[in-house]
Amino acid sequence: MSRRRRTGVTVVATVLSLAAVAGALHSGFGVPVVASAAAMSADAIPPLDPAEALPGGAATSRASTDTANAFSDSSGNLPFERELDFKVGNAIFRKFWVSSPSSTKASDGLGPLYNARSCQGCHLKDGRGHPPSGPEEAVSMFLRLSIAPETDKQRALLAEHRINVVPDPVYGGQLQSFAVQGHAVEGRMLIAYEEVPAALADGTIVSLRRPTYSVGDPGYGPLHEGVMLSPRVAPQMIGLGLLEAIPDADLLANADPDDADGDGISGRVNLVWSIADLTAKPGRFGWKAGNPTVAQQAADAFAGDIGIGSSMVPHAAGDCTDNQPLCLSAPNGSIKGKPEIEIGDDLLALVAFYSRNLAVPPRRDAEDPAVLAGRTLFHEIGCAACHHPSFVTGEAEGEPHLSHQKIWPYTDLLLHDMGDGLADNRPEGLADGREWRTPPLWGIGLTQTVSGHTLFLHDGRARNLTEAILWHGGEAEAARNGFAALSAAEREALIKFVSSL
Amino acid sequence: MPTTLRHLPTLLLSASLLAGPADLARAAEPEVGAVLATYADIAAAAYGDSLATAKTLQAAVDRLIAEPSETNLAAAREAWKAARVPYMQTEAFRFGNRVVDDWEGRVNSWPLDEGLIDYVAGEYGSESAENPLYVANVVANRSIRIGAETIDASTITRELLADKLQEGGGIEANVATGYHAVEFLLWGQDLNGTGPGAGARPATDFDTANCTNGHCDRRAAYLKVATDLLVEDLGTMAADWADGGAARRAVGEGNAGLATIFTGLGSLSYGELAGERMKLGLLVHDPEEEHDCFSDNTHNSHYYDALGILNIYRGSYTRIDGSVVKGPSPSDIVKAKAPEIDGRVNAALDATMERMTALVDRAKSLEAYDQMIGEGNAEGNAAVDQAVTALLRQTKEIERAVTALELSSIDFEGSDSLDNPAAVLQ
Repeated sequence: MSRRRRTGVTVVATVLSLAAVAGALHSGFGVPVVASAAAMSADAIPPLDPAEALPGGAATSRASTDTANAFSDSSGNLPFERELDFKVGNAIFRKFWVSSPSSTKASDGLGPLYNARSCQGCHLKDGRGHPPSGPEEAVSMFLRLSIAPETDKQRALLAEHRINVVPDPVYGGQLQSFAVQGHAVEGRMLIAYEEVPAALADGTIVSLRRPTYSVGDPGYGPLHEGVMLSPRVAPQMIGLGLLEAIPDADLLANADPDDADGDGISGRVNLVWSIADLTAKPGRFGWKAGNPTVAQQAADAFAGDIGIGSSMVPHAAGDCTDNQPLCLSAPNGSIKGKPEIEIGDDLLALVAFYSRNLAVPPRRDAEDPAVLAGRTLFHEIGCAACHHPSFVTGEAEGEPHLSHQKIWPYTDLLLHDMGDGLADNRPEGLADGREWRTPPLWGIGLTQTVSGHTLFLHDGRARNLTEAILWHGGEAEAARNGFAALSAAEREALIKFVSSL
Repeated sequence: MPTTLRHLPTLLLSASLLAGPADLARAAEPEVGAVLATYADIAAAAYGDSLATAKTLQAAVDRLIAEPSETNLAAAREAWKAARVPYMQTEAFRFGNRVVDDWEGRVNSWPLDEGLIDYVAGEYGSESAENPLYVANVVANRSIRIGAETIDASTITRELLADKLQEGGGIEANVATGYHAVEFLLWGQDLNGTGPGAGARPATDFDTANCTNGHCDRRAAYLKVATDLLVEDLGTMAADWADGGAARRAVGEGNAGLATIFTGLGSLSYGELAGERMKLGLLVHDPEEEHDCFSDNTHNSHYYDALGILNIYRGSYTRIDGSVVKGPSPSDIVKAKAPEIDGRVNAALDATMERMTALVDRAKSLEAYDQMIGEGNAEGNAAVDQAVTALLRQTKEIERAVTALELSSIDFEGSDSLDNPAAVLQ
């Protein structure tokens, strides 16, 4: 898969004679910066739509936005009758699973290998996870594992989109750093950070921390020699049902796989297998858009993260592989008559419903002058090219309250080359090793309030929004350089805008 | 937990169709302002009663600490149960009123990982990857680590409990304050699963002279601070509902105020009570899914929740001293517009109370709530399920009332009708 990127950069450089500035700029990786602000503002900046105050449309949260519960409210227009499903779903989301055999039949089936004992264990307060702050094991973050295909069968499955990756033959698709009693843990995720400077146009130096990942104390022998690691933090949970309800056609409309319009930004749809539909569908969820639906994402997480099998992922031993026989043969918590299923369809559906209906908070300070200035800059430097402001949802099956809502997620849900700095060099479905799905920006300014930190990007390496922006490369490099060329006041305004979403 | 009143399912039974010969049946319609005043007055009285009974509990706790006898422990437990009676009747004020909902976690969070607070039995487990405070045991430890932060717990203070440990590490199961923390300290773990029996902590756990299970001085200090905090927090909420108080002012006026009321009734009935507190336990048959699990007081907790809904709808609350706070009610308003719907709501509320009374009777005569939800207990399961069904029916009638009052089109914070797809799509 060849990517051609940055076609716009040369244009920009010629348009703007920033040679003097450019000499002083460095991206932090020795790449001279050649683009700047205002260059990408070919399109008129759309006027502020008052509807944007409610980024989730009528489903926007009605709860307070200044408490840690800001992400935990149900869709603002949820009928009373469905509140029961939301609340029960929440309780299952919060529930601790226990190892088998256990007296609480409905709650067993944990592991044998796992990353967390409950959904909430990673998705704390329904917010985003983080790398460990000290020597403790990471919980809300783990390493995904895979290898390049080795057999024709594997290549065929990949080509048909039936699988996204070929798992490590021993360790499976992710590294579980916990195990139930009597089983070895798979290992520890080790992170080493190196500080690298990034210079801004006004002379400010921002230090970015560049992580390196490895597996410590592997519990089942060496990993495959060609194993690829991809670190992932748990993403925030808000607005997922609305993102799911964006019509496929509207996602495709923004895709420009060959950069036909020459703006330097491609945008590709990932195509991933839909277990429910038995066909490939656009991927929407996960850092590389590896899952088509919330329900499938939830079932995958139950199996991979907690070790709970379901009808969608009928594997009671979770991510245990054939080369982990003790793990495969351990007692499981399966439902009578269904040997691989530990969570029934009723409970799984409730968790999916809950996940679809965690509401997006209303915007804060949308009409603050600095926020408005930041909004202009956001469009001018090209952020909106990928962080697509708005969609209108289509029919959300069985959930009319999520249908036909004008929403403001600030994502196109498409894959973009984000450059070497962010590359995990691990393909997933159609996403190559440099591509990531544009994450939604709604609610991002409440991360501190909800999660008590401001660690961003797929592995939480960025310690604030400025660092997160400066890590952007590849297709986003022009926008990143545009940001780096702003004055301190302008940067502050832009960040204020993003924080207000 | 806000809910919409704009997006309630459209009911085709319009008020006028159901109302019948209107001139005959319609009562005089009360002023909405008077209905809202009754609502706030009931809140003030119920939170006032909650505060008064919590102070009685505080006195009983002080006596227990001064003289740790089984008699004094039993008296403190009774005081705790009595304190729950008015408090549970306030829960219908929680949803719809942000002032209450934002505060509520401090006093009534559950379920809790009790290992945060004190010693636990072996089967509780010794660690949880997700919760570094799972067995922090503040009673026994003078220094607590949360991630990279080390917390000085040498003195048990309200700041330690309320600001550091409550939801410590962002984990909701770290409940360090409120009724359920006090409940755990008074009863201890209920180790009987879905079998008979509640927690059985001995009074000597608070006896520094004949201390059982260690650290009796710190356990007593924890109980004291948690009880004092409860009193303090309830005092705040009682003041918030007094004349000019923040919660009273925030109820809103006119239809917005009525929407607040009905949001509380609908959300507590169905999502919270029928759903999270009852249906889930039936689904998973897990005694941990019991609201007042240490004391086996869950039947009363559910009963008074339901009674609180009825109080508000009918505009009448019987205080702990037997006096009655009463005034124009939501029921009066519905009755004036659609008497048949008012009749249906009232019948549904009565049916719920009947089912809740049956649960209370069963708990008193036969088996505790955690036994009722046990796997294979068909009769017990059915008793709980019938109460859930009654709550569902009641919610449907509340929705009819909302439709009859034409509250379904209330704007969200004064913004445009964004839920009108045509407007959005144009």
